[in-house]
Parts: sequence; C-alpha cells; structure tokens
Amino acid sequence: MSRTLKGPEEELSPTLQVSKISESVEIERPTEVKDIPPPKLSIRNLEAWFGTKRALKGINLDVRENSITAFIGPSGCGKTTLIRCLNRMHEMTPGASAKGQAILDGMDMYDAKVDPVTIKRRIGMVFQKPNPFPTMSIYDNVAAGLKLNGIKDKKLIDDIVRESLEGAALWEEVKNELNKPGMGLSGGQQQRLCIARALAMQPEILLMDEPTSSLDPIASSKIEELVHGMKKDLTVVIVTHNMQQAARVSDFTAFMYLGELIEYGDTKQIFENPRMELTERYISGKFG
Amino acid sequence: MNSATLKDDHQERRKKLSNLLLSKKKPMDRAFFGIVLGAAGYTLLLLALIVYAIGDGSIEIFSYEGLDFLTGTDWNAVYGREAFGALPYLIGTLVTAAIAMVIGVPVSIGIAVFLSEIAPPRVSTPLSFVIELLAAVPSIVYGLWALFVFRFWIVDLIERPLYNAFGDWIPLFGKTPFGLDVFTAGIVLSIMIIPIISAISRELLKAVPDTQREAAYSLGATRWETLRIAVFPYVKSGLFGAAFLGLGRAVGETILVTMVIGNAVGINAIPTSLFSQSQTLASVIANEFNEAASSLHLSALIGLGVVLLMLTMAINIGGVLLISRMVKVSPGVKE
Amino acid sequence: MEKIQQEKANLKYQLQSTMERKSSKKRKIDRLVTIFCIICVGLAIVPLGSILFEVIKNGISALSIEFLTQRPGSMISGRGGIGPAIQGTLITVGIASIIAAPAGIFAGIYLAEFAGTGPLPHAIRFFNDVLTGLPSIVLGIVGYIVIVLVIGSFSVWAGSFALSIIMIPIVVRVTEESLKVVPNSIREAGHSLGIPKWKITLHITLKAAFSGVLTGIVIGISRIAGETAPLIMTILGTSLFFTGFDDPVDALPLRIWRLASQPYDSAHAQGWAAALILILIVLLFSVTLRFLAARKGFKVRVIRYSNL
Repeated sequence: MSRTLKGPEEELSPTLQVSKISESVEIERPTEVKDIPPPKLSIRNLEAWFGTKRALKGINLDVRENSITAFIGPSGCGKTTLIRCLNRMHEMTPGASAKGQAILDGMDMYDAKVDPVTIKRRIGMVFQKPNPFPTMSIYDNVAAGLKLNGIKDKKLIDDIVRESLEGAALWEEVKNELNKPGMGLSGGQQQRLCIARALAMQPEILLMDEPTSSLDPIASSKIEELVHGMKKDLTVVIVTHNMQQAARVSDFTAFMYLGELIEYGDTKQIFENPRMELTERYISGKFG
Repeated sequence: MNSATLKDDHQERRKKLSNLLLSKKKPMDRAFFGIVLGAAGYTLLLLALIVYAIGDGSIEIFSYEGLDFLTGTDWNAVYGREAFGALPYLIGTLVTAAIAMVIGVPVSIGIAVFLSEIAPPRVSTPLSFVIELLAAVPSIVYGLWALFVFRFWIVDLIERPLYNAFGDWIPLFGKTPFGLDVFTAGIVLSIMIIPIISAISRELLKAVPDTQREAAYSLGATRWETLRIAVFPYVKSGLFGAAFLGLGRAVGETILVTMVIGNAVGINAIPTSLFSQSQTLASVIANEFNEAASSLHLSALIGLGVVLLMLTMAINIGGVLLISRMVKVSPGVKE
Repeated sequence: MEKIQQEKANLKYQLQSTMERKSSKKRKIDRLVTIFCIICVGLAIVPLGSILFEVIKNGISALSIEFLTQRPGSMISGRGGIGPAIQGTLITVGIASIIAAPAGIFAGIYLAEFAGTGPLPHAIRFFNDVLTGLPSIVLGIVGYIVIVLVIGSFSVWAGSFALSIIMIPIVVRVTEESLKVVPNSIREAGHSLGIPKWKITLHITLKAAFSGVLTGIVIGISRIAGETAPLIMTILGTSLFFTGFDDPVDALPLRIWRLASQPYDSAHAQGWAAALILILIVLLFSVTLRFLAARKGFKVRVIRYSNL
C-alpha cells in the first residue's frame, strides 16, 4: 500500500464538505478500530517553512473526532511544527509560514478570510513547559481566556472554572486555594492548571505539545490519565517523544520523519504490525 | 449521570460560550499599535523639537558673530559694546571635565574591580547599593555640601599645601586658592560621575565569563595578572564607553558647578591654573539666563547651549557606540 | 640520551627559580592593587557619608512645622519656610510624571513587543539613548522657548514639560528591558487562548513586567525631583503658593539654590533643611512604592540608578 495520498484532482474549495473529502480521496484507513470516528480535522497537502527551510512536506491526514491521536518521530521530524500548524501558531514565529488546508468541520482554517485568532478559540493548546500567567491566581489563570475574550457573566465563569479544574484533575487539590498565585503550584500541578485553562475555552480540539516531557513520572501519569478521560468531550492531538506514552494513551498514531508523514493508523497496528520499514525501525529503537 | 447528559451540558455551555465570545475587531489591535507607535514617535519628535528650538534661538547670535562666537573670548552684554565668545567657557568645561575624568575614571574602575573581583557577595551587594546612593543624591545637595563643607577640606588638605610648595614656580598651582575654582569643581564632579562609570564597568566585568579567569588562575596568575590578561582585554572598549558616558554627565552638570567654580566672566574665565576661577557653558546659562540684558544676550546664552548640546551628543554617541561594540550588556534587571 | 635528560632538568630548574623570584614580586603588586581598589571604595564612601551627615546635622536645626508650611520670610530674619517650594515640587514633578509615564511605557511597549530589528526601531532606541544624556540645562532652554515664550509666562507647564523630557527616556529604557525579560512562553499561552495581541500585551505581559516598570517610574521621579537647572528658566521660582498652571511656581531644588547664594547664615541653615526635606521626600517616595509593589506579590527587582 502506498504511503502517499492519492489526492483529489481538482482544487479543493474552502467550503468543501468533509464527506466529499472522504469519498474522493484514499486515505490510510486505520484497519483495526471498530467504529472509525468521523474526521474532525482534515489536513491536506500541508507544507510549512522556517524562512526558506522546508519543515513539513505535503502532509495529509485526518484527525478523528473524539479520539486521541499521537504524533511520534525522532527529533526534527516536524511533529511539533505540524501540531503548531493545527492552530495556526506556527506562523507566529518570525519568518515562519505554512500553506495547504486544514479543514475543521467543513471550514478551511487556512483560507485567507479566516482570522487566525478565532481558530485558537476553538482549538486549544498546552505547551511543553507549563506556562501559567505569573501574576494571576489559580482562578484567574483558568478564567483568563474567558475574561480576556469579553465574557463577563460571573456565574458562567465560576461554573466553567470549576468544571475545567475538575476536568484537569486539579479541583480537589486547589478548591480552597483558588486565590493563591498560580506559580505557587508544583510543576505537575502547573501543567494541569494550563490544561484547565485551555479546557475553559471549551475547545473542540486540544493540542498538546510534549505536555509531560518536563515532568516527573508520577505527574506524567496523572496527566496521561486525564487525557484518556478527555476524549469523550473533545478531540486530542498529542506530540510525544516517548513511544511508550503514545502506545499507552493514543487511539491513532502518526509517525513522522524528516518532515514527512511516514505512516498513520490505529495505534495497536502501528506498534505491533507497522507497515513501513522505517516505522518498524523507529519503534524497535534502531534510531531516534 | 450518563455520559449523554454530561455531553449535553457540555454542548450547551459551549454554545452559550461561543455566542458570548465576540469576534474581536481588528481595529483594536490597529489602534493599539497606533498608540504605541505614536509614543515611540513622540520621543523622536522631542529630539527634533530640541534641536529646532535651540537652533532657532541661537540664530541671532550666529548671524551677528558667525563662527567667531566659538573662538571669541569676550563676554560683554553692555549695550553698544556687545561681544560674546564661547571659548573661555568651553575651556572651563573641558578643564573641569578633564580633572573629573583623571580622578573619576581610575577610582571608578578600582571600585568596579573591587566589587566584582575582590569582594565576596555579602560585601559587594550592600556596598554596591551604597555606591548607587551616590547617584541618587541631587546635584543641588552636592553643591550645597561642596560649597559649605568640602571646599574647605580641599583648600586645607590639598590646595594650600600645593600652593605653598609649588605655587611660585609651577603655574599650574599659581593662584591663591580659596576653594572656589576649577579644581574643586573638577573633584566634586568626579565624585558625581563615579556611580555611572563604576556601575557600567561592573556590568562589563561581570559579562566576562569566569572560564577565562579560571584559565589564567590555573596557570598560576595572580589576581592582578588575571585581570590584565584575561579580563581587561575583553572590556577595554567597553570601559572607554563607560568613561565617555561619565564624561557626558560631567560636561552637562550645571548647578553644582555654579556653586563652586567661582563664576568668572569672559576672558577672566580662562583658567590659567588649577586654582583659577572659571565657568562652564552650563553654568553661564544658569547664572545669566533670567537676567539676560537683551535678546542678543539671550541668543548668546542659547548659543552656548548649542555648543554644549553638540559636545554632549558627540560624547554620548561615542560612549554608546563603544559600549555596544564590546558586549551586549544584558538587561540590568536582576532579582 | 642522558644529556637531553640533563638539559631538560636544567631548563626546568631555571624556569622554577625564575618563577619563584618573580612570584614574591607578583604578590607585592597584587597586594598593592587590592589596596588601591579599597582606597577607591573609600574615596566614594567618605563623601557620601559626609553629605548625609552634614545634611542631617545642619538641616535638623531649622526644621519645624512652620518651616514646612509657610512662605519664605525675609532673608535676613531666617524665618518663614519652604511651603511653596514643597508644594511646587510636588505639582511640577506630578504633572511631569503624568506626561512621561504613559508616553514612556507605550514607547517601551513598542520597542519590546512590536518593533523588530529594522531601521526605525534601531533609530528610536539610539535616539532614546541620546535623549538620556542631554544636559538638563539645555532642556530648560527648550522648555523656555517652546512653552514660556508661547504662553507668555513662566509656568508650571514649562517646568513639567522640561522635566518630562528627562524622565521619558528612563521609563522607555526600563520598560523595554522589563518586558524583554518576560518569557515568551507567557505570550504564547495568551495567543493559544485566542486573546488578541493588544490584550495580551496590556493585561498579561505588561502585568508580568509591572514591578520593573514601576521601579523605572520611581527612578525617573526621584531623578527629576532633584533637578534644578531646567527649572530656572521655566518655573522661575517664587515665594507664593501655587496660583495656576500658567503661573510661576517654586520648587525645592530651586529654593535651595537661591538660599545657598544668600550671604546669610540663617538662609544657609534653611537651605540645609530644605535639602534634608528633598532627600526625605525622594527616599520616602521610592520606599513607599517599592513596599506597595512588594506587597502585591511582585518581586521587586533592583535596577541601577546610576546610568539612567
């Protein structure tokens, strides 16, 4: 089976329906999942640059709704670049650019008419190093996205803050200290705080860029548990350099190498029965 | 609670939220950019305004005397016999500044070396704070102290002995000293510029990586040798820059100078000895501006301002260039 | 073979004995250098101590409530006070800060958050540095030409304008440095929440840099409160209390200068006392602000006074 995508011959229009894509294009179909969830975010021919250096070459994949998708690959393979393209954060780096299509519920995010700021309200992000706002309390941190986007309804904010902290498995630990500074928490707690802050925006997709790589194993596993529980409400994409984490946590896995998508499929299949030799070599630790 | 209802709640909240989330208008971003750009532009505008105002105000004197203004030594505001020359005051400025530098630069570097190389942290931290306090003292207070206290120290401890010993045959110590002269002005100026020069020097010394020092020490070098071999070569041009900035401050200082320099006028302001009375460009302006006898007189004072401005700008630009050439000093914000 | 060994041993011996001879000389030089540096420190500390000592010693005797609140009396009598001067300083410095602080902060925001490395930002930074070093007497002349001549009278506006020119570059520089220290991950977090850039800058980044910015403002205020030269030809000085922004007003440094040039001892004593008040106001102000900032949980950072 080829690893390149037979793309549609005609130019995809920005308002193309999702179903049309699935019909006209052959995608690597995950074979072992019982119910294949519908695609939430369809990436077509995505290319990304840092200045003149190309970091992503023609990426095509569908992120499935209510699932956890992991991007794995050795350093420099482009997994972080790719995830940052998914909420249009990539182009905020000076000199960086991206083109192609990322179709979210039928709307192409890369269309010229789309305001990148609005994308980020639907697609949230958690970063490698926890970055809570240093001058805000725990409550204010979680509420920051809401308040600074003009929400004033206090009851609504209270409810959402609580729900988000619960969703980040932090509520019990901080419920009596919501006014304490966010920076006073431990590393693992800070990261969960950042997750809560992202969740407060009720995103449809949550992007996580190596969220546990700066944390100790206990904190990491707490977060992995969290992520697992999230998928009933939203879609998660997680970049990780830790293969075992990907195997533990994700439903689908995409393996990348040198800016290209090598193989994408059901996690179990990728790890137990990879189709590409490169994948197999990476999984078995022959390089990386 | 089955997951279906949880999800409904969630969907409902999401709907409510997205209805409330206003699509942010781009205009606010653009307006904010306009504000900050305007503020930045305002600082440029100020500089242009300064240059224009001073230039415009000095047109009268320059059209009356031309460049002779810069070389003339008279200073006469009497109607019918006006003559204004900036030279004596320029000389006075340079002489006091030179004295300030000769004393101030080595002392500042010595302090910087002490603070960064010799003293242990528990000494250097409070000590550097104390040195900073010198910068916080307003120059009028320096002037007060210099006029009523320090000048007598200088007369008794330095000027008189020098005059008595050498006054007859070295012109430099020729005049009878009574403390209000370029010498006193220079010394107090040197105290004023110590904080600037030593602070910058200290930053420069700190920027030199310790590995360099370690390499020298491991070869058996003493502290002084390490400084000479491993540290100073790095910071040389930066130290020049720091000195320049100190010089800029010394040249621009006004009030202190008016109080201790003796306020001579015109040709009498040309210092012939360390103990001569004189004035600087700045002190004349301060002393005479409000009592200017005519618009020509006023223009002459503004003309002195032009000379002072150009001198200071040249010095400061030189200093900034020298420092930035050496090392990009990291922001002076430390916890 | 043995000859080579012997030559090597000779060389080594020669080296070592030379080094030993030199080392005692080296140590002497080292000690001299250390002593020199310590003397330098003394040369700085002694004047500072003397200044503080003299101000307190000579100033205390003339202090009184009457002194602080009344208008100056006749010079010989040594009665009266510096009430108008204190008031005038507070007013002119206050107005100058109201002009300089926002202008300086926004310009600093421009340099740190919006400007790249192009020619315009480079020029702005460069000229800001130039502005920092301008002699304050020249700025007084500018205040005279731009405001006094235009309005027609010596005035608060002129003095505050001149003072604001001194303060702005300080605030710009400190704001820019403080903002630069805020880690980029904070801004990224803000962007990832879909918050527009101007809100991120004002509500998140600036807030994080707040203590540094505040310290810059305090430094600026302390600096201009002590300035005398630019006030001479802008506010003129007077013995009256504040009568209007378009009118002359008095100020502490100016009053001290005038008192010091009087031939009477009583005037000098008042000058010392006024100097004491000036230093106290400046100190009190900066201590209070730092205390407030520290209480709000911001770590107060130490920024150098002297090269600003």
